[in-house]
Amino acid sequence: MTASERRTVYLDHAATTPMLPAAIEAMTYHLARTGNASSLHGSGRAARRTVEEARETIAEALGAQPSEVIFTSGGTEADNLALKGLWWARLAEDPRRRRILLSGIEHHAVLDPAVWLAQHEQAEIEWLPVDELGRVRPEDVRRAIESDPESVSFVTLMMANNEVGTLQPVREIAAIAQEYGVPVHTDAVQAVGQVPVNFAELGVDAMTVSAHKLGGPYGIGALVVHKETKLTPIAHGGGQERDVRSGTLDAPATAGFAVAVEHAIKHQEDEAHRLTELRDALIDGIVGTVDGAKLSGDPTSRLPGNAHLSFSGCEGDSLLLLLDARGIEVSTGSACNAGVAEPSHVLLAMGYDDQRARGSLRFTLGHTSTRADVDAVLDNIGPVVDRAKSAGLQNVGRKI
Amino acid sequence: MRVLAAMSGGVDSAVAAARMAEAGHDVVGVHLALSRNPQSYRSGARGCCTIEDSRDARRAADVIGIPFYVWDLAERFHADVVEDFVSEYAAGRTPNPCLRCNEKVKFSAVLERALALDFDAVATGHYARIVDTPSGRELHRAVDPAKDQSYVLGVLTQAQLKHAFFPLGDTLKTDVRAEAERLGLSVAAKPDSHDICFIADGNTAGFLGKHLGEAPGDIVDAQGNKLGEHKGTHEFTVGQRKGLRIGTPAADGKPRFVLDISPVDRTVTVGSRDELAVSQLTASKPRWCGPAPTDELQVKAQLRAHGEEVAVTARVEGDEVLVTFDQPTSAVAPGQAVVLYDGTRVIGSATIDTVQRVAAAV
Repeated sequence: MTASERRTVYLDHAATTPMLPAAIEAMTYHLARTGNASSLHGSGRAARRTVEEARETIAEALGAQPSEVIFTSGGTEADNLALKGLWWARLAEDPRRRRILLSGIEHHAVLDPAVWLAQHEQAEIEWLPVDELGRVRPEDVRRAIESDPESVSFVTLMMANNEVGTLQPVREIAAIAQEYGVPVHTDAVQAVGQVPVNFAELGVDAMTVSAHKLGGPYGIGALVVHKETKLTPIAHGGGQERDVRSGTLDAPATAGFAVAVEHAIKHQEDEAHRLTELRDALIDGIVGTVDGAKLSGDPTSRLPGNAHLSFSGCEGDSLLLLLDARGIEVSTGSACNAGVAEPSHVLLAMGYDDQRARGSLRFTLGHTSTRADVDAVLDNIGPVVDRAKSAGLQNVGRKI
Repeated sequence: MRVLAAMSGGVDSAVAAARMAEAGHDVVGVHLALSRNPQSYRSGARGCCTIEDSRDARRAADVIGIPFYVWDLAERFHADVVEDFVSEYAAGRTPNPCLRCNEKVKFSAVLERALALDFDAVATGHYARIVDTPSGRELHRAVDPAKDQSYVLGVLTQAQLKHAFFPLGDTLKTDVRAEAERLGLSVAAKPDSHDICFIADGNTAGFLGKHLGEAPGDIVDAQGNKLGEHKGTHEFTVGQRKGLRIGTPAADGKPRFVLDISPVDRTVTVGSRDELAVSQLTASKPRWCGPAPTDELQVKAQLRAHGEEVAVTARVEGDEVLVTFDQPTSAVAPGQAVVLYDGTRVIGSATIDTVQRVAAAV
């Protein structure tokens, strides 16, 4: 069988998931129309209507007010706006606010702005401890704030980890932070559509959402920001979004985004149930048959679509190459540094050694996943792991 | 066959990969990341090891229509090639890092991993030919004499050759560029790489100086008379004429050459071209492409990359090879490889240790 005849088994939905046909339809319908949502004439008003209807749909689905939804170019921009915007706004009110509380398992879109603030703006990063399942404990957050509440700028903690899938107690942590008047940001990029997400109920000040992770288009996301939370803009211009975010609004993308969010929230419970069954079949099948395969992350409190496993004596890169050759698409979860894979910072923060971190694979299921996908993995994983083991551990022991 | 095509980002390895795919093999492109801290962009005549080169390799793989991955070989490359390079210079020798890379990285670390991962062979863009015979595989010079790279492949053993493909060996470089153009490969006009890939600015002396530090010493003639000073013996190669920076000209007015480098007493000995002439050399760590020769060989030898062939008699004594030149020859630098040829066929290679000078024997 050649590569072109073979069915692709796509199990990398956490990287991006196929767009929903309804979202494609909504977006393409609007792509054929002209109008800047900031223009005052009829075409402008039509585009504005598209944007505002999308905003209302998204707000309603996520338990927020329409005015709390700020469209951005995606998750990364939303995270940057949240961190830098909160930093400067909080500092302007009180120059003592220099501590940023975050965990080492955050996505780079959160980690890097925090590190940048430390390097350029004298922020003090305080790392929240993470256990071996990838969980941050609320009492640790309380302890960190309590030690000197006046010096905290904000807390940021992702709802669900993108690599190992562990869910975080964001609601409890937001409640603790609120006692001290400390704002909380959460990156909910992986969570929306997989677990219940309601902005008002969570009690956070800012929440990041991305469209292409839930069946919408690339290049658009939102930062949901509480009405009373002040943010300092990081990119200056027309001030289209609440004077906090500038740039011509992408009306077609907002339409596609709205369709996807509405669909994801509406079907979240059924989809979570379906994916959990498939995921558990995948995990049980692998752990039960492959020697040395271990599940990473919280076994129960995890994203329904996430199965993250480590394979002792193998390199993730080798596993990926061998599965790719069989048409099975997964991720090692590690970031690329100059084209070279580094061991995952998430796994290292969870206390994994270099070897286990490098021998890991992330399978993520989504709306197009079926039992046949799971079976394809189970049919192939045994021989693939045997092969990868014989290729050995090339980089183990090297200095990072 | 499942073939791993090593793709540097240059035109040669891209066309080599394309030819393997056209021949019907199941080809996967792999770019070897050899530096921990690659530069973003190419500068000068270098043809690999930057992020831009990695991207060029990826784009070539896209056009050919094969999967593509980056493999991190930086640590292995550093230990086996860069450190060897530095320590050889520190010992007053002149290493060939490309040869070492083929021996220890491309056809060892990479090949081993490829075989373990279900590949049957590794293909590269080297200009050399492999000829299958009933008694095994032979390595031959490329058809294009200007591009022939059999010298830096002379370290490959039969076991390595069995899993190697050099699809460009029977092609002229100009035809390879034309083929790349035809295939729509954007690297068709990319300049050839010349310098040592891990020395970003092409300044070998500067690179060695940084690693070895300044170790000034004297430049003397064969009689021990001091003629000048130097900043470190690593800046010199036996046979070198330029850059000696000796104030006073030789008595006979003829140019002077480096005869000997002695890092222990930091002395560089220079002399005339006549004094440079060598009648014999000994070499160690032989690597044979086929069975080790037992009889005395009347063959040709090449003593450096792109060097001329010279007629020699070679005798193998255990782990040593004794090479006697039919006519005295110059510019034989310890640390370089002596590669033995029977016609176009590579017999094997060994690393030059000592030389016997004609003048000293007189």
